[in-house]
Amino acid sequence: MEVSVSDFDNLKATELRLGLPGIDAPEKPAPVSPRGSKRALLKANEECWPGTSKSLEADTSNQEAQPMAKAQVIGWPPIRSYRKNSFKARKAEVEAAGLFVKVSMDGAPYLRKIDLKVYKGYKELREALDNMFRCFSTGELSGMEGCNGSEYAITYEDKDGDWMLVGDVPWEMFISSCKRLRIMRRSEATGMPSSP
Amino acid sequence: MSEDEEDERGGGGEGKRWSPDLVGGRGGGSGGGDPPPFSDQVLENVLENVIQFLDSRRDRNAASLVCRSWCRAEAQTRRDLFIGNCYAVSPARAVERFRRVRALVLKGKPRFADFNLVPPRWGAGFYPWLAALVPAYPWLERLCLKRMFVSDDDLFLLAKSFPSFRDLTLICCDGFGTAGLAAIAEHCRHLRVLDLIENDVEEEMVDWVSRFSTTSLESLVFDCVGCAVDLDALEALVARSPSLRRLRVNQHVSVAHLRRLMARAPQLTHLGTGSFGDGGGGGGEMEVADLRAAFAASRSLVCLSGFRDLAPEYLPAIYPVCANLTSLNLSFADITADQLMPVIIRCHNLQTFWVLDTVGDEGLRLVAATCKDLRELRVFPLDASEDSEGSVSDVGLTAISQGCRNLRSILYFCQRMTNAAVATMSENCQELVVFRLCIMGRHRPDYVTREPMDEGFGAIVMNCKKLTRLAVSGLLTDRAFGYIGKYGKLLRTLSVAFAGNTDLALRYVLEGCPKLQKLEIRDSPFGDAGLLSGIHHYYNMRFLWMNSCKLSIRGCKEVARRLPHLVVEVIRDKLEEDDVEAVEKLYLYRSLAGRRDDAPPFVEIL
Repeated sequence: MEVSVSDFDNLKATELRLGLPGIDAPEKPAPVSPRGSKRALLKANEECWPGTSKSLEADTSNQEAQPMAKAQVIGWPPIRSYRKNSFKARKAEVEAAGLFVKVSMDGAPYLRKIDLKVYKGYKELREALDNMFRCFSTGELSGMEGCNGSEYAITYEDKDGDWMLVGDVPWEMFISSCKRLRIMRRSEATGMPSSP
Repeated sequence: MSEDEEDERGGGGEGKRWSPDLVGGRGGGSGGGDPPPFSDQVLENVLENVIQFLDSRRDRNAASLVCRSWCRAEAQTRRDLFIGNCYAVSPARAVERFRRVRALVLKGKPRFADFNLVPPRWGAGFYPWLAALVPAYPWLERLCLKRMFVSDDDLFLLAKSFPSFRDLTLICCDGFGTAGLAAIAEHCRHLRVLDLIENDVEEEMVDWVSRFSTTSLESLVFDCVGCAVDLDALEALVARSPSLRRLRVNQHVSVAHLRRLMARAPQLTHLGTGSFGDGGGGGGEMEVADLRAAFAASRSLVCLSGFRDLAPEYLPAIYPVCANLTSLNLSFADITADQLMPVIIRCHNLQTFWVLDTVGDEGLRLVAATCKDLRELRVFPLDASEDSEGSVSDVGLTAISQGCRNLRSILYFCQRMTNAAVATMSENCQELVVFRLCIMGRHRPDYVTREPMDEGFGAIVMNCKKLTRLAVSGLLTDRAFGYIGKYGKLLRTLSVAFAGNTDLALRYVLEGCPKLQKLEIRDSPFGDAGLLSGIHHYYNMRFLWMNSCKLSIRGCKEVARRLPHLVVEVIRDKLEEDDVEAVEKLYLYRSLAGRRDDAPPFVEIL
């Protein structure tokens, strides 16, 4: 699963640790292998890896120091696929439910709906929205910092009812809190209206 | 729940006792020479009458070596034939020697095939054996196949060829689907047992349950069959099977259906529930009470399993049977210690318990507090990946060792372990026969002292005098293997992964463990020198498996050259390897049959 470098940088830059006060992240033992550690991880890969993706809070607290790619080892830990598939099947059922949110764009006559669960990250989401609303805009959409000359900003309404700029928080956190999306003109983005 | 039971129950010997003399064809049993004179005939009849009472195959193997007439008598009276490696002897030779077999156990692929380390189509096809069995054993009654490739056609032929056929057990097999099951159901009129355990069943959507023609069904296990079955047909089958004692259904059977099945079969001793959740049944307070009543009526239940998509509110339904349970498998139920507690505190008589690590150390403490007669414990991980959190640790292991002093067998997956905890278990649990510890993160040391796990495993082999099976993990140096070689005198099966430093480790084991039968190693730095140190012993072993070690083709060829009755297979994943010298996967085994003729292109037999 490819993750763009900009996503990776973005995540690292905006890393948040969330957890209930008083709970300590489990201490990760440092590798002592004399043959060299084979277990360095790529944080972004971790999030995308099916079956191993957890909330990013746990990921960040369990990180290795070296950001090298981790090889997926065949047949380890030694669990029969019969057992692995039993749980995967259940997980797949839960995930198949989908997370549909409305997407509105300023100036467009009608709204669209997308399933956030089919996207692996912000980049894919951006591209999908771009394709979807291309006919209504002259330039490319972008909700990310660092992209100059874009006419629009992608925002979303979160669980608390606040309108937020898309791209600040880790992807998993975003899709769990996003209620709807709005593609707004940059000219309006500086002073957001109280209601969409 | 019969994983590896045969291996642990004293299965050292095979149907054919290894001895170079037999290779020359002398030991063909009843197959050689003129009929003996009259007095000898009488003697042989007497012998047969006595030897027929021998059950254990080890005893029979020993008896068959005494002299030719004993060998003949034993061969004539052996009813149960056990072939631990389907390639160790040719089917023709086996049926030639043993003429009156009624039951056959046949094992195929090496165990690491379960973890996708053996490429598909490697071998272990059942057909060559079936073709020999059909003419030789028309009265065949029982068949158990493990890790074999069995096609639907094979099952069809099997069903049609043996009119007295009674018991079919398939464990970790593949190649067949519901069409084959339908053939078995329809044509085996005296079928008593159909146990399908962890097979990879093709989903063909053929209705097989309605095809059963037997009325003497005693055991039906099909939790591994992925597609739904006709539930009305199943209920009808259960209703007309008064001898049914064991029933394990798949996850497509909801709680509502289960209740109806149980009502039809109150005499069940072994029950595997389906989903144990709503799965379309609705459910609510009323249903739990109904379900509970069903369990209360099943007075004979001693073994419970299943619980695939457990809705925790249904758990209380099993309370009425807990006190009688000797075996409970909750290893597919994602429950916490709190949810486990009311169940486990009622299970005073539990001897076998399989559970998920979601119950945590606290859950294991509860087990230790109640299940004083526990013999076998298996703790599986919910998240089977190296970097998972790991919910159980040395704390749980210690608690178990303190509470369950009769423990014989343990399989424990965790992420954090200490030498101290393992040593404590070795001291408290003197009855241990099987110790399998899997620290899922590779090369992990004792997380408190940061030292390798050598001392812990050393304590196990030193203190557990009855140990025959060991699986090691974590950070291990050659020292650990030194301990194993020094103290593991009864060890028969050893599994090694990501461990050791040099060839010395392998040498310690091969030189030190005289009873070693099965050795499986992965991703450890052992090379040709280590491999060659076992030359004196390989004829005594069932097999050696090594993958991702440091073997070269030269070393493997040397072994093949020096041991002509060993089949040395080099298995390549890709046909064109960059490095032709290095051997990625080695599988060697003794054999009377020589190199097999069904080897696929990616297997090179040296």
